[in-house]
This record gives sequence, structure tokens and C-alpha cells, in this order.
Amino acid sequence: MPKAVHKMDIAQELLNGSRLALSRAITAIENEYDEATDIMKKLYPHTGNAFVLGITGPPGAGKSTLTDKLAKEYRKRGKTVGIVAIDPTSPFSGGAILGDRIRMNALTLDEGVFIRSMGTRGSLGGLSQKTADAVKAMDAFGKDIIFVETVGVGQSEVDIVKAADTTMVVLIPGMGDDIQAIKAGILEIGDVFAINKADHEGADKLNVELNMMLDLDSNMKDWRPPIQKVVANKGEGIIELIATIEEHYAHIKENGQLTQKRTERIKNEMLDILHSGIGSYITKNIVESGQLDEYVKQVKNREIDPYSVVHGIMNRMLKEQI
Amino acid sequence: MEKRIRVLVAKPGLDGHDRGAKVVARALRDAGFEVIYTGLRQTPEQIAEAALQEDVNVVAMSILSGAHPHLFPKIVNLVREKGLTDALIIGGGVIPEGDIPALKAAGVSEVFTPGTPTSAIVAFIKENVK
Repeated sequence: MPKAVHKMDIAQELLNGSRLALSRAITAIENEYDEATDIMKKLYPHTGNAFVLGITGPPGAGKSTLTDKLAKEYRKRGKTVGIVAIDPTSPFSGGAILGDRIRMNALTLDEGVFIRSMGTRGSLGGLSQKTADAVKAMDAFGKDIIFVETVGVGQSEVDIVKAADTTMVVLIPGMGDDIQAIKAGILEIGDVFAINKADHEGADKLNVELNMMLDLDSNMKDWRPPIQKVVANKGEGIIELIATIEEHYAHIKENGQLTQKRTERIKNEMLDILHSGIGSYITKNIVESGQLDEYVKQVKNREIDPYSVVHGIMNRMLKEQI
Repeated sequence: MEKRIRVLVAKPGLDGHDRGAKVVARALRDAGFEVIYTGLRQTPEQIAEAALQEDVNVVAMSILSGAHPHLFPKIVNLVREKGLTDALIIGGGVIPEGDIPALKAAGVSEVFTPGTPTSAIVAFIKENVK
């Protein structure tokens, strides 16, 4: 199965506009091929230009259909679009059915659109661990706007806020009473709310409840998330929804929040890279070498305590210069 | 390293029946593969482009309309033209035995006809994917 041997210079060809290279770059990132870091190093200077829109909401809310409609509208306006669509990986088999493309078939042959489906592969926050790097690859490729569609979320999968500039929460009528709306979680992260299937019964009630929830929000500063009713499969409300998205983006650009968010993102990403680097050093040098088992024996016999062992390991690590 | 076999399950042509494709998709999922399902009525161009964007290891086409002699070779060619030179391409559906040699000659690695246990498809993919 390994196909890590690529004859092409993936990063260079991606920057030259090769769609195959973009696709291969995302595979390398996702599978953690050795060359992935080198690819990212070369792409990094070309990132930071795209607007990243996060789309989240419960399963069946219409995220993919809405993404399809929004993408089409952005294309009409001359913007190029990247879409990263995430679906859950089975915790049992490791397999996944990635079905978001079904709603986006009309976009497939538009050369200004690139859609990539990803499985969560064990990640729990509604994204895949590699989502951020896949977004960067599309950004370096030159996409103007990148949609990140999360898995269908429940209440607490809020990783999308860290990955996106603007987060849109898609809701549908009939999913519970007003106490659901004041619980913590995904309802706290919406910069923009879309009530999809607004032609179904209960849409007005949901609108009222959401408004009440937002009225009670004491943390709200200078942005009150707008609520837009849409009927995604009929294309109703799409233009109005884009207006609210654009308004939010302009707002955070103007008040410095965008810069702040992106700075925070860089910080988090660097910490992640650092943690995973130290983690793999530990796996390789302490666990796989059998050292850990030796220590465990000693600790079990109460010859030494675990705190001193760890302190010793860390001291050695710092001296060794990884 | 976390490699997963990625399979595009595609329904080319005009037949509107995808029970078989869904059963296969489900079996492949349970075998630990990442399955991207395109939905019904896809053109060869759409299938090849989806295969490119998803960088799949396998393209699995399902067809019941009898258009396989025309559509399967066309998809093989388009997928190869996109640069996916080592993707495994397989087909299935209501396909007369007599048509199979020509499909294989056109680059379809294997053709699975009604009655094939899904485990045979899984085994074939595991053995042949590059």
C-alpha cells in the first residue's frame, strides 16, 4: 500500500497550479508521510491569504447542501473555492463513508473548485487532526475562500473555531426545546447562524429561541451574531446569508480580531507541533527502547518513585539536543 | 504513519439504482477503508475528477444499465490522463461474462458480477492496491 515515493516535487508543482500535486500534498499530510513536513515548509510562505469559513451543525442539518450553494454563489462572484469536508471515521473498523461530495456534484467539474473529503481518524472535536494543514495546502494553491465542513456535531465539538476565521452554525427546526439553546457548546461559537429547512414547521420558534439566547449572552462584545433563515436545497436565503458572512469577515478585519485569531492559531499550531515532536521522541527513545518497562519494574518494587524517574528522563532529554 | 486505503465508489451512467453500490461501500468501510461515494448518475469526467481530488487508491464503478462497454474504458482513460497512474480500477454490476475480457483489456483490473461476496472484493483490493 505505501505510495510515499513521488517523483514529482509536490510543493513546487502545487504552487505551479497542479491539482494532482495539491491532492497528493493532502494525502502526504493526512498519512504523515516523511515528505509532508518538507512540503509544508515550502508551502508555508504562500499561506495566509485565504478566507477560512467554518461550517458546523448537527448531522442532517444540511451543511453539505449549504456549502454547495454558498460555493456556487462565491464562484459567480469570481472567487476560487476550496472545500474540506469531514465525515466520521468508524472507531471500530477505522473505515469511513465520506459522503459530502454527493451534495456537491455540480461543483466537481468547475476548475475553480477543489473538494477534499477527510475522515476524522480518531479526532474528537469535529475536525480531523490534519484539517489545518489541508487548509494551508489549498491556501497556498491560491484558493480565495476555503470552506471547512465539520462532521455532524452534537453539543461540544467546537474545534472549528480554532481553524476558521468565521464560524457558521447551521441549525434546523425540531431538535429540542429552548433549554437546548442555553446549554454550552456549539451554540456559543457561531459568528453567524443559519436556520436551514426554514420552510419546515418550527423555524420561527427556533429563530425566537436563538434570539433569546443571544440576548442573554453577557460576553457579547461588539458583534451580535446574525440569524439567517435559508432553504438550502431550493437556494433560498443564500445571498442574504453570504451578506452576513461577509459582514462578519469585514468586521473582524476592521477591529483587529482577525489578526488576533490568526496569531492565536499560529501559537496553537506551534504548540501542537512541539508536543507531537516531543511525543514522538518519547515513543522512540523511551517507550520503544524498552527503557520505560525497566523503570516500571523499579517503580513497582518501590525502588524509585515515578516523579524522580520522569524528572531524570526530562533532564537527559534536554541535554541530548533532540 | 497512518495510511488508509481510499476508494471512490462511483455510479456512472443513467441507472438510478445504487443498493449494490451502497452495500459494497458499507463492506469496504467495515474493512477499514475510507470510502468516498459520489452518488448517482455521474459522468466519466466527474468520476475521474473526483478520483483526482480525493487521491484515491481505488476507483470502484458500479453499473446496471448495460453501458459498461462504453463507460468503463472511458473512465479508465480519463483517470489515467489525470495522472493517477497506479490507481486500481475495478467494476461491478450486471455485466455479461462475455463482456469481461474486453473490459479487462481496457484496463479494468477485475469485474465483480452479482453473487460475489463482498469479502472477495475486499480481498482483491487488499492484494492489488499499490
